[in-house]
Amino acid sequence: MSRIENLFKSLKEKNETAFIPYITAGDPDFAVTEQLLKCLVDNGADLIELGVPFSDPMADGPTIQVASQRALENPFSIDAILDQVRKVREYSDIPIILFGYYNPFYQYGLEKLAQNVKQSGADGFLIVDMPPEEAGEMKAAADAQGLDIIFLLAPTSTDRRMQLIAENASGFVYFVSVTGVTGARDSLAESLEPYVERIRTFSNLPVGIGFGVSKPEHVREISGYADAVIVGSAIIKVAEKHFGKPDLQDAVGAFVRELKDATR
Amino acid sequence: MSYPDEKGTFDGYGGKYVSETLMPALTELEEAYNRYKDDPDFKEELNYYLKEFVGRPNPLYYAERLSEKLGIKVYLKREDLNHTGAHKINNTVGQILLARRMGKTRIIAETGAGQHGVATATVAARFGLECEIFMGAEDVKRQAPNVFRMKLLGAKVTPVHSGSQTLKDAMNEAMRDWITYVRTTFYIIGSVAGPHPYPMLVRDLQRIIGDEARQQVLEKEGRLPDLIVACVGGGSNAIGLFYPFLDDTDVRIVGVEAAGHGLDKGPHSAPLAAGTPGVLHGARSYLMQDPEGQILPAHSIAPGLDYPGVGPEHCYLKDTGRVTYTTATDEEALEAFKELSRMEGIIPALESSHALAYVLREAASIQKDSVVVINLSGRGDKDIHIAAQEIGIDL
Repeated sequence: MSRIENLFKSLKEKNETAFIPYITAGDPDFAVTEQLLKCLVDNGADLIELGVPFSDPMADGPTIQVASQRALENPFSIDAILDQVRKVREYSDIPIILFGYYNPFYQYGLEKLAQNVKQSGADGFLIVDMPPEEAGEMKAAADAQGLDIIFLLAPTSTDRRMQLIAENASGFVYFVSVTGVTGARDSLAESLEPYVERIRTFSNLPVGIGFGVSKPEHVREISGYADAVIVGSAIIKVAEKHFGKPDLQDAVGAFVRELKDATR
Repeated sequence: MSYPDEKGTFDGYGGKYVSETLMPALTELEEAYNRYKDDPDFKEELNYYLKEFVGRPNPLYYAERLSEKLGIKVYLKREDLNHTGAHKINNTVGQILLARRMGKTRIIAETGAGQHGVATATVAARFGLECEIFMGAEDVKRQAPNVFRMKLLGAKVTPVHSGSQTLKDAMNEAMRDWITYVRTTFYIIGSVAGPHPYPMLVRDLQRIIGDEARQQVLEKEGRLPDLIVACVGGGSNAIGLFYPFLDDTDVRIVGVEAAGHGLDKGPHSAPLAAGTPGVLHGARSYLMQDPEGQILPAHSIAPGLDYPGVGPEHCYLKDTGRVTYTTATDEEALEAFKELSRMEGIIPALESSHALAYVLREAASIQKDSVVVINLSGRGDKDIHIAAQEIGIDL
C-alpha cells in the first residue's frame, strides 16, 4: 500500500480530513525550505505538496508567482529539491508530492525523474499543465516506480472528463474549487459539496479541494464533505512576512496548526 | 498525413498542455470551429469582412528597383496594406466571428508590440464586444502609441508586471484571465502558438496570404516562385504564406528568425535555430530555455519577434526539412528596413525586415532571374522610434 493510500485509510479511521499544505521549494532559499518542511510536519500536516518553481506559472496567482520568482533567483535544480525530500525522510514518513509544471520535469528526463524521485522518498506528482491526454509518457514512468499522479478536476470538467481523469488518477483527485488561478480568497465558492458528490460517482479515490482556501473556517466547511483540503498561497503569505526573522517557524507553525485543527 | 492529428499535434509538436479548467474550453472551441469552418454563412461573412473591412486582396507587388539591383525578381506580398497595417487582422476577424457564434461576450488577447492587440481591439470595437488586452509592462512603456490606439478603440489595456514583463508574460496573464472567466470569454491568440486548436485555427485564417500570393504569382509570372521567405516569431505570417506552397516541392521555403545581436551574443529569438524542444503555453515546441527547463528571456529589435517559443507546425516543418529556418540579426534587419524604404518607397515593419534581410544577404547566391516572394507582413511606421534610436537620431 502506498504512503498516500495508507494516510487516507488511517485518517478515515480517525474521522479526520487530510490537511495538505503547499510551499514552493527554494523560496527564498533552501535553508528556509528545510526549516518550513520540518515546521509543517511538526504542526500537523498530513501530506506535503512541494512546489517546483517555473519561470512561467500560468495557473498561479500573484502569491505563488512571486514565490517562484524568489526561488528562481537561486540556481534551480530538481536534484536540490529532491535533497530536501531526503532530509524529511530522516525524520518523517509523511507523503510528499512534487507540484509543478511540465517543462522542468520534461527537461530532466521523465524516466530518470521517476527513478530519482522514488529514490529520494517522494510519493508522486501533480503537474498542473498535464491533463490526462498528455500524461502517457509521465504515467508510464511513474507507474514503473509505483509513484502516484494526482490529476486536477475543475468546475468546468464535463462528465466525460471526470471519467477520463478517474481512469488515470491515483492517490487522490484534486478538485479546483474555483474557475481561476491559485491564490487565497476571502470566501469559498458556493455549493462545492455537489461537485464532490458528482466526482464520487466516477471515482473511489479520496477527493481533495484546493485553490482559494485560506482560513480555518474554509477548512472546517470543506472537511464536512471532502477527504483532503489543500492550502498554499495563504501559508506563503504568512511565511513571506517572516522571512529572515527568528519567528518564521513559530508564525507558520501556529497558522498550520490552526488549519489542521479545523479538520478534526 | 495531414496535421494536426487527432491529438492536436504536428508529429508530436503542439498538443494541449493546459490546466484542467481550460480543457473543456479548448474542446468547445475545436467543436465550434469544425462546425463553422465549412459553413457557407460563416465563410461568406468572413470573406465580406476580409474584403470590405481589411481590404483584401492586397497586391503582390513587383519591387522593380530592388529586383534590378539584386538580379532576381522580388515580389512583396503587401500585408502591410491591410487595415491596421499588418497580417494580424486576418486572424482576429476570423476569431471574433467565431466568438460571436459561440455566444461569448468578452474578448481577451495578449500582445507584445501591440500589433495583435490593436488588431483585436479593432474587431472588438467593430462588433461591440468588451475587450481586454494584456501587455507586458516593459512593452507598455516601449509601445506607447499602440497602447493609445487600443484605448482609443475602447479596449482595456492591462500591464503585466510579472516575469520579464514582455510578450510571454502577457500570454501567461491572458491564460490566467481565461482560466478565471472561461465561461464568457473568448481568447484570441495572435500567433500559431498556444494549445490545440489555436495553431490550426490561426494557420487556417492566415493561409489566405499564401493562397492569394500563389494565384497572383501565377498570373504575373505564369509559374510558381523559386523561393518564398517570411520572418518567424511565433510564426503566423510565415505559416500563412508557406502553407499553400508546402506540396509544391520545387518551391524553396525559408523562415527567418531573429538572431538579436547574433546567436552567440546574448539573448535572441531563434528557438528553431538555437533552441531545444520543450513545453510552454500549452504546446510542445522548440524553446529558448536553460538546461533545467526554465524559459529564457527573448530579444529582438523587432518587438513582434520577441518570443521564446515558436508554433508547433514550424517545428515539424524544420524536422522534416521542408522549410529551411535561418536567422537575421538586428543589424541586418535594420539595414533591410532602410534599404526597402529608400529603394521602393515602402517602410517595412522591423519583423518583415528580417525576411528582407535574408534575401539581401543571400541574393548573390540565388540563381539570376529567380522569382522570390517575400511576405511583407506589416508596415514600419510603428517602428520609427526604435529605428531612429538605433540610427542615433533623437525624434
